[in-house]
Amino acid sequence: MNNSVQVNSLSKSYGRKIAVKNINFSINENEIIGLLGPNGCGKTTTIGMLLGLLKPTEGEILINGMKLEKNKISILQKINFISPYIELPKKLTVKQNLIVYGKLYSVTNLSRRIEYLSEKLRLNNLLNTITGELSSGQKNRASLAKALINDPRVLFLDEPTASLDPEVGDFVRTFLENYKKERKISILLASHNMEEVRRLCSSILMMKDGIIIDKGKPEELIAKHGRKNLEEVFLKLARNKNEI
Amino acid sequence: MKFNRIYGLFLRHFFLITRSFPRVLDLIYWPTIQITLWGFISNFFASHSAYYNNAVGVILTCAILYDFLFRTSIGFNMLFLEEIWSRNFTNLFIAPIKISEIIISLIFTALIRALIGLIPAILLTSPLFGISILDLGLHLFFLFLSLYIFGITLGIFVSSGLLRFGPSFENIAWSTMFLLAPFGCIYYPVEILPDFFQKIAFALPLVYIFEEARGILINQSVDYQNILKAFYLNGIYLIIAISLFYYSFDKARKKGTLINIGE
Repeated sequence: MNNSVQVNSLSKSYGRKIAVKNINFSINENEIIGLLGPNGCGKTTTIGMLLGLLKPTEGEILINGMKLEKNKISILQKINFISPYIELPKKLTVKQNLIVYGKLYSVTNLSRRIEYLSEKLRLNNLLNTITGELSSGQKNRASLAKALINDPRVLFLDEPTASLDPEVGDFVRTFLENYKKERKISILLASHNMEEVRRLCSSILMMKDGIIIDKGKPEELIAKHGRKNLEEVFLKLARNKNEI
Repeated sequence: MKFNRIYGLFLRHFFLITRSFPRVLDLIYWPTIQITLWGFISNFFASHSAYYNNAVGVILTCAILYDFLFRTSIGFNMLFLEEIWSRNFTNLFIAPIKISEIIISLIFTALIRALIGLIPAILLTSPLFGISILDLGLHLFFLFLSLYIFGITLGIFVSSGLLRFGPSFENIAWSTMFLLAPFGCIYYPVEILPDFFQKIAFALPLVYIFEEARGILINQSVDYQNILKAFYLNGIYLIIAISLFYYSFDKARKKGTLINIGE
């Protein structure tokens, strides 16, 4: 299986403060990897570097075999990102936002792509609605449509279902599962929702204090640490330094 | 460089302006008020000042030129601030758009914004005050172009600060033009300034542009040296501003500002 994302000896420091220290991992095609860890452990910094928003202090990132630092524009063309902490321009309609981002990503057959995503994400009746007037669930689906507008090969998700009600949360998870199967894309999912991670991810990276302290399949980690579920494994690793 | 991406970013702001009547009104309202006020002041000085009595509308013409500069510069900054206010910064910088494409798109959009505001105001001057800025003739184009370049240059300087320091730099964005206005010699000849201030003024393109505008209207003479000096200085400042923007972007990537920016 091909590595869509390859991270080698990646580190990021701000002066003396080390945010991420010498991490290594890869994501295969048609695979979802979970990135878990307590707040401030370096998840957002890692995703920031993978998106080219942050310059690594050391190490390299390869996406589809190309070095990110040297091929930024070509790589950004094939990846995308969703997070509840960033928003689409609120004053534009959903459709206008999708047109703008479709143009920025040079999407061919943009009208057809918007039609396809609206159908899949139940946005048909919301296309002409001002984005700022949408509910959290609707906003989330609009952001997801933006994140898929360029048919990305790699998708980075930062707490994609945070603040969603269970029904919308389940819709988003099911959608992501199906979309991954259909398009065979690679996904890195940072989340604090252990049930979500267990359901979607084939493998998990546990981060703490900027380093990856453990990794493996969800069931393997549960068995290895002798806990009942992923949440207990998370708590054990997050609270105890000696367990590394 | 891809036209699609430049057009995409332009569309983002075009949709924003055309969706909202208050926004269009806001663009037109201030230049119109400004120019109406300066129109009456201009008429007063034309009949009560020896310096201006041969050239009705010198003050008003300079006010229009200054307003164009102001709108271009503020317009550029507003486009950048709009991304910060709407928390769209991250979406923009993870899109496959080059810095040069962002700058070109904002330069073009800022021009459209400035013209939306200025054209109605200019059209008002003739019926209200019997003055036409077109009296400057073909040279008007060079003066406008020079002011446009300097306005954009200031906009890029301020946006570099916003990139580097985040929204806390916003207040500087609003005050830049006011800081430079006294040195620009917009409404008075450069000789009025103390010697030290004159040195600063001569290092800016503004003084050559406004001296030239007054020269054409009062003395009916054109000094191409002034126009060339303004373009020469503009070129230097524009290169410095663009270099600073690239440098700030690189610094922001190192410091993490691009992730945390937004209110």
